[in-house]
Amino acid sequence: MKKNSSSEVSLKHSFSHWKAEKYDKALKKASSKKMEYTTISGKKIKELYTPLDLDGFDYLKQLSFPGEYPYTRGIHPTMYRGRLWTMRQFSGFGTAEDTNKRYKYLLSHGQTGLSVAFHLPTIMGFDSDHPLAQGEIGKCGVAIDSLADMEILFNEIPLDKISTSMTINAPAAVLWAMYIAVAEKQGVSPKVISGTIQNDILKEYIAQKTFIFPPEPSMKLIVDTFEYGSQEVPRWNTISISGYHIREAGSTAVQELAFTLRDGIEYVEWAQERGLDVEEFVPRLSFFFNAHNDFFEEVAKFRAARRIWAEVMKERFRAKDQRCGWLRFHTQTSGVSLMAQQPYNNVVRVAIQALAAVLGGSQSLHTNSLDETYALPSEEAVTIALRTQQIIAHESGVINCIDPLGGSYFIEKLTDEMERDAKEYIRKIDDMGGMVKAIELGFPQKEIADSAYLYQKAVEKKEKIIVGVNAYEMEHKPIPFLKIDEAVAKQHMARLHDVKKTRNNAQVGEKILDLKKAASDKQNLMPYILSCVKSYATLGEIMDSLREVYGEYQEPITY
Amino acid sequence: MTGENIRVLIAKPGLDGHDRGAKVICRSLRDAGYEVIYTGLRRTPDEIVNAAVQEDVDVVGLSILSGAHNVLFPKIMDLLKEKGADDIAVIAGGIIPDKDIPFLEKIGISKTFLPGSSTQDIADWIKENVRKRP
Repeated sequence: MKKNSSSEVSLKHSFSHWKAEKYDKALKKASSKKMEYTTISGKKIKELYTPLDLDGFDYLKQLSFPGEYPYTRGIHPTMYRGRLWTMRQFSGFGTAEDTNKRYKYLLSHGQTGLSVAFHLPTIMGFDSDHPLAQGEIGKCGVAIDSLADMEILFNEIPLDKISTSMTINAPAAVLWAMYIAVAEKQGVSPKVISGTIQNDILKEYIAQKTFIFPPEPSMKLIVDTFEYGSQEVPRWNTISISGYHIREAGSTAVQELAFTLRDGIEYVEWAQERGLDVEEFVPRLSFFFNAHNDFFEEVAKFRAARRIWAEVMKERFRAKDQRCGWLRFHTQTSGVSLMAQQPYNNVVRVAIQALAAVLGGSQSLHTNSLDETYALPSEEAVTIALRTQQIIAHESGVINCIDPLGGSYFIEKLTDEMERDAKEYIRKIDDMGGMVKAIELGFPQKEIADSAYLYQKAVEKKEKIIVGVNAYEMEHKPIPFLKIDEAVAKQHMARLHDVKKTRNNAQVGEKILDLKKAASDKQNLMPYILSCVKSYATLGEIMDSLREVYGEYQEPITY
Repeated sequence: MTGENIRVLIAKPGLDGHDRGAKVICRSLRDAGYEVIYTGLRRTPDEIVNAAVQEDVDVVGLSILSGAHNVLFPKIMDLLKEKGADDIAVIAGGIIPDKDIPFLEKIGISKTFLPGSSTQDIADWIKENVRKRP
């Protein structure tokens, strides 16, 4: 691929000849009427890629070797030869007892890490007896109000051996404190526990919308966790900077890439402002991406993400420790790509998406279950999803060689273009004064809503085909799925009342007052939150006290 | 264009923040000529019914993906009755399993659009089934 003018001229000539004489002529005769080929994000794709598309390509500069800057081919020198990705199924439903049982089931069937899904009242920082919690208890995840629930959730699960990821954002500091407290009760030091809290509030304002406080105090709380984590819980990933939800809300692949990395930059800048040292906390930042249907676009996205982040850390933040430039990421296959129609087809979609995640170099992976357009997955469905990963790992052979798609003219060109387009967005947001400012202007929200609308229209015009939905339709056959009994709410609520009756209420009151005072004084809140949860103060009580200090965020309504 | 200024309230009950569908529908119905009002996220049954009455809408579209529809929708329907506004048509969409539809019909939800429905289907349904309230 090195530049050589005479052979390039001759290649150009042969290519034009092939295009005009062979391809165009044959296409005219072919029955295919499709005039334009685009990715699911609407990006135009050419009929063929050749060395002509990689003008000035420099292997060492753009790819280098696995484990070498800019890490395009992977952050580790051995990749899956050294260690497979972590198979981590996001899971949680009903009561803490129900979910604890599911965790033990998954671990006994070869899953290698836990990932907690909380129900919506927990995600929104409400106790289960809050009026807004009605009808929501245990539905979208497991119900957790206090340390008492958390102790049951991890009962007989050794927290020194298992790493746990928790999908929790606005109240992340509180749930993390509960986890640390459970570990201590098991006799496990915070120094050895490992896992991740999602703790990414920016993408909540942008896409998933489960925010509580306004941006400023939210960012402060997150920096508190960075600071506390780097000293007290050194093996914990204090944030998982997430593009997943941005994509699910309807963004293109480039928007997912750009907004996520710009969020990453925003967190680093806010932490620097506090006086934290990049070298100390950046290696604990992790990322989380979506794996959607368009196979090559997704692989290119993951590769571009690594290259951009490596450059951002080196050039923008002048980080010296090479670990700062390692973009470690979890991937989840795309929830919105699952279809209620002919749901067994979802198994195939998930397999293709999971393969893209693996060929893109993910460190951990969640594969969705076929029944998730209806409800949380049944045990049978989640087993197929886990088996999909195991088949890719052990049967397909794709792990034998590192970054097997590297060097493909198409993949390299796509990777370059995604990098270029994402950097353009990042520059635009820099010009607005950063991501918090851009969010206040409604910029990423509007970009995503526009993309979602365009995609929906393309589907309705059948420019994009969804098998079983706008083509190849069949009569609907219902499938069995998990139903959360309303009895769950009663059972769970009984424990909440019991906790409030049996704990030392005077002590809880004192701890809550201390927390409020610390919040007003702008201290690092982690030690105070930890001491609240240990006294069995509930999540709702803790979050309410912070609502009083910080206020609540009202988003501008745009569509 | 519908010609008779049908007013639509798109409402989000439940605690989930998934507003992709609600927003796409708001925009599509607006493009189809309806007057559209969007409540924003996490509205209680009270807030939704108050908005419907104050805005004098002809149809309410409920979008929910949290799984709480069987608890929240009956409350909304009861409140509409209480306020004498049960001539407002109510339609629904989101993550709602088809086996819940008989129950939703029983409480007075006129139509539930399952995943995969097109925005055109929804606009057409309103055109055929909703009349301007007196």
